[in-house]
Amino acid sequence: MDLHSFLVPPADTARRKGPHDRIVMSSRVRLARNIKDSAFPGWAKKPERIKVLEQIRPAVEALPDMKDSFAQTMDSLSTLDKQILVERHLISREHAAKSAGSGLVLNREETLCFMINEEDHLRMQALRPGLQLRQAWSTIDQADSLLEKRLDYAFNPELGYLTACPTNIGTGIRVSAMLHLPGLVLAEQINPIIQSVNKLGLAVRGLYGEGTEALGNVFQVSNQMTLGESESAIVERLEKVLAQIIEHEENARATLLEKKPKMVFNHIGRAYGILANAHSISSKETMNLLSLMKLGVDVGLFPGVDRAVVDEMFILTQPAHLQKQHSEKLSAEERDLLRADMVRERLRPVSRPIAKVQPPSGPALEKQ
Amino acid sequence: MLCCICKEKDATVHLTQIAGEKMQKVDLCEECAKTKGVNDPTGFSLADLLLGLGASQEIEQSAGGAELKCPRCGFTQADFKKAGRLGCSECYRTFSEALGGLLKTMHKGTHHVGKIPESLRQNRDLTDRLKLLQKRLGKAIEEEDFEAAASLRDEIKQTNARLGSPATS
Repeated sequence: MDLHSFLVPPADTARRKGPHDRIVMSSRVRLARNIKDSAFPGWAKKPERIKVLEQIRPAVEALPDMKDSFAQTMDSLSTLDKQILVERHLISREHAAKSAGSGLVLNREETLCFMINEEDHLRMQALRPGLQLRQAWSTIDQADSLLEKRLDYAFNPELGYLTACPTNIGTGIRVSAMLHLPGLVLAEQINPIIQSVNKLGLAVRGLYGEGTEALGNVFQVSNQMTLGESESAIVERLEKVLAQIIEHEENARATLLEKKPKMVFNHIGRAYGILANAHSISSKETMNLLSLMKLGVDVGLFPGVDRAVVDEMFILTQPAHLQKQHSEKLSAEERDLLRADMVRERLRPVSRPIAKVQPPSGPALEKQ
Repeated sequence: MLCCICKEKDATVHLTQIAGEKMQKVDLCEECAKTKGVNDPTGFSLADLLLGLGASQEIEQSAGGAELKCPRCGFTQADFKKAGRLGCSECYRTFSEALGGLLKTMHKGTHHVGKIPESLRQNRDLTDRLKLLQKRLGKAIEEEDFEAAASLRDEIKQTNARLGSPATS
């Protein structure tokens, strides 16, 4: 089946709702597993990798949650399709670079995604909109429990699940949330926050994961240590830290609007001005400006505008998504022109931001 | 100060990372810093660098000069230094001595806490059960309660059979 007709349309993706989705874009829990007595993918020769793939893939496809799933080997996907999967945060950049001997199984709702022969034989992840770490953990825990009946995992009572990289050993879990933190960035509080989160043994990464820039003020927070702490304890620890980050972000937004409203109006007004009028714009600039517009929607400067309008553009203006909408191969310059056209068109029904602080939340009323 | 990778040239690039209560320091010469990608912030991870460095040094020490090689997959310390990843699950046994210290600096603990595959958990439960039954059997024989001993012996037999064929579910 064609990947593009399988994927959830961006308009629908942008409308998915979850707890705290003003700030938490998505939650994810990933488990790393390997097959006993087979070399890890990075060291295995191609025939061995193919053997592992042919062993894991049917087991994954047989899961009740994976009915009507999209299952492909990585060599049968085009570079463009792989890039689209990266832009949707369904596979890692590392997995996108794989070809023969690696595979992917993705369910209809895009809530479960299995990467076969990435760094480990199997990397399975559960995804949820908003802050839903527990739900994501329970989903992937169930899938893993069903899979272990058919797959003989590499497991050691002392060291837990054995992984290609010693940094993932033990539970093999990575619990993460993708956060939109424009308030903390504008208030210049983001660096101390990142530092204190790091001090708690948690990692902060950019939009596309490991080693990437925080484009569009999007940050991923995840656990780093996997040995010596149970899955539920890790989930709980992350939940606590995320609750604090959410509070800090809300406070930063409220304080900025109260103390420096002109600065906020200026940023958001300029972002709208450029997006609504540019004729050439890069992906990076688009993301950073859309982030400010999203903040504007969140704090009530665009009355009547649904945040999904902005979120959909966030997906569609990424390079591979833009290329996919056009049949001919586009250069970066051509993409910049078409991106600007698309954004201008989509912002036509959106009026310019108002410059007045709306008190939409409860606490503001209590003060009266 | 000498570069901690090539151990030849003077170190001019100094990196520090604080994770939890642990501080890690790396000193590199210009050239090694470049080859390790330290100048490229997007492609660089201090953890990976430390991983490769620390592990290869410890492996060298524990191997006493002779190169350790995984009997299952043929992975060597040099491969680990290069890739920062291991070859197969057996490598954890092969390089266990060297990895011990590394895992300690990297993780919260050195023993797995959390999920265990069901079949192993069953096995563990059965083994525990077997020990208990054998203890009871000894006591029954001592007390010359042969009826109880006979039924305990049967149960031990069954438990043993279940232990022999795990993952029947």
